[in-house]
Amino acid sequence: MMSLFKKREFNLFVFILFIIFGISLRTPSFLKLSNLVDILNDTAILSMVAIGQLMIIVTGGIDLSVGSSVALSGMSVALLNQYHPEIPIFMIILISITIGLLLGSINGLLVSRAKIPPIITTLGTMSIYRGLVFVLCKGSWVSAHEMTEAFRGFPRRSFLGISSLIYISILIVILFLIFLNLTRTGREIYGVGGNKIASQYVGINFKKINYLVFALCGGITGLAGFLWVARYAAAQSETAIGFELQTIAACVIGGVSIMGGSGTIIGVMLGAFFIGIVYNALTMINVSPFWQMAIQGFIILFAIIINTVMDKRNQQLMLRRRSFNE
Amino acid sequence: MNKQNDVLDIKKIRKTSWLDILWQWEIILLFIFIMIIIINSNLSPYFLDYTNLMNTTFNFMEKAIIALPMIFVIICGDIDISVASTIALSSVFMGMASHAGVSTAGLVAIGLFSGSAAGFLNGFIITKFGIPAIAVTLGSMSLFRGIAYVILGDKAFTKYPPSFAYFGQEYIGNTMIPFELILFFILAIIFGIILHKTTMGRKVFAIGNNSTAARFSGIPVNKIRLIIFTVTGLCSGLASILLTSRIGSTRPNIASGWELEIITTVVLGGVAITGGKGNVFGVIISIFIIGFLKFGMGLINVPGKVMNIIIGLLLILAIMLPQLLERLKPKNSFSNVKK
Repeated sequence: MMSLFKKREFNLFVFILFIIFGISLRTPSFLKLSNLVDILNDTAILSMVAIGQLMIIVTGGIDLSVGSSVALSGMSVALLNQYHPEIPIFMIILISITIGLLLGSINGLLVSRAKIPPIITTLGTMSIYRGLVFVLCKGSWVSAHEMTEAFRGFPRRSFLGISSLIYISILIVILFLIFLNLTRTGREIYGVGGNKIASQYVGINFKKINYLVFALCGGITGLAGFLWVARYAAAQSETAIGFELQTIAACVIGGVSIMGGSGTIIGVMLGAFFIGIVYNALTMINVSPFWQMAIQGFIILFAIIINTVMDKRNQQLMLRRRSFNE
Repeated sequence: MNKQNDVLDIKKIRKTSWLDILWQWEIILLFIFIMIIIINSNLSPYFLDYTNLMNTTFNFMEKAIIALPMIFVIICGDIDISVASTIALSSVFMGMASHAGVSTAGLVAIGLFSGSAAGFLNGFIITKFGIPAIAVTLGSMSLFRGIAYVILGDKAFTKYPPSFAYFGQEYIGNTMIPFELILFFILAIIFGIILHKTTMGRKVFAIGNNSTAARFSGIPVNKIRLIIFTVTGLCSGLASILLTSRIGSTRPNIASGWELEIITTVVLGGVAITGGKGNVFGVIISIFIIGFLKFGMGLINVPGKVMNIIIGLLLILAIMLPQLLERLKPKNSFSNVKK
């Protein structure tokens, strides 16, 4: 039980409950089930892509190109849908995932084979992918009336009052919970981030892991691209601009170490949910949306400082306890 | 990272041949630079025009001025992605002061001070708590621009004193040389001397190569990093003065996306993102490569987003090129040292 209190995720969870409580004192309607479902809907895409980002950060990398990848895969399938409305929705989803997988693989190859640092690789591909979106659409939009009903209705299709968007994100979360915690490759991802040299000595294929995390993140991003474009019923060259920073923020708030080696999916989920609450709550308590960015920045700084201070204290406690035992 | 530097030292001991000199990064950059001028002047007759070339420097001198301290930041093994937001923050503060009737000198002071304060805040959190710079500046990037949005919302400051326009719009005397360009070269010389000719510069390289070893050698690592981040803020404030003066208005989205372009410039200039390696001369060439490349593409009506594709490709290819050349190099006995 004591160990539960020391966990970052638990602290964040309590903090979130505290904030929900605070907001609901001011606006009781915040606690309505429909509003909470709304927040889940808003954060579903963010939390999916943040899982991809988590895997990359855990290996010690970073992916700045996710926003552009979302836009590029989203724009591709939106155009496909506009000019070939006969293509069934499941093909569209598959194509979107494939495009994302391809974009992620390019990142992965550049990082693992050409040995370009992840931050440089994705800085480059971020502009390249964003530019390609512009080339594809020639600066114009694909608007709601140019999409088929099945296309833009897909994320809103609901079952038992919950949208398919939420089901998909839950599915992704469960899949990756299993992958990261219960499979050998999943644990190897943590191994690489924890200690690169040691991981090579125990026989982990460092290149393969590095490639894999980027490819997987790309796949998720591809799926997110379709969902994004369908949900907002618009594809344009500015789609998901700045989204990469939100996914990194969700990770950092969720206690993922930016140096690599540690971080959990649960933490990232809470981080994403937290960002969703802040955005949603601000509008509910009539604070101008212009405050969103400042508050997000403040929370990121606050969260990393708290996390670092707590970590150091825990390490000191651990050292002290060990010296007592000896 | 540290192992690579051992290898580098051994290479220095080895006799340098003319091939090694040819493979130097700055030479490759100069070659790219000349290629860009040749291609551009073939594509458009308006490219090689003295007035045009001078005037186009207005478009990238503000970024260039931030790229200089960014060299130090990246050599130290850190990164600062909050510089563009610092520009926005300083610009908003100057706009507020200007509306309150502050004179030009006062506006400059406010711009420089608010920039330095923002940089100091970054450096303080990074060194005090030992948090990676990317995480801290990610947060402050949101925070600084967020404050700009809170203050301005969807409005804009447009009232600036006429004399304030000098910094970003005027030329030196009767020549066609912009004030910004001269300012940049003066700063480049100062930064170059500090980095390459002073003990401070050597300490910066030492920190980037191995910060633990540097600390044990008596180098005040955190103090130096704090100074570097503050100077980066100061230069962002300076860039903010120039930019605000040039466009004569402040919106909260001013200079958005610049941080990535500045980092691209620095890395293309041969500064290793892992720290410990780089020089000012390479970055100066890279500033003009990107600046003139964009100018040339603009002349033949290439849209901005397409320019970004080419700059992204240039960045990735530029980093891959030395590795490809390394593979072509004849193997010698020292190549085994790497493993």
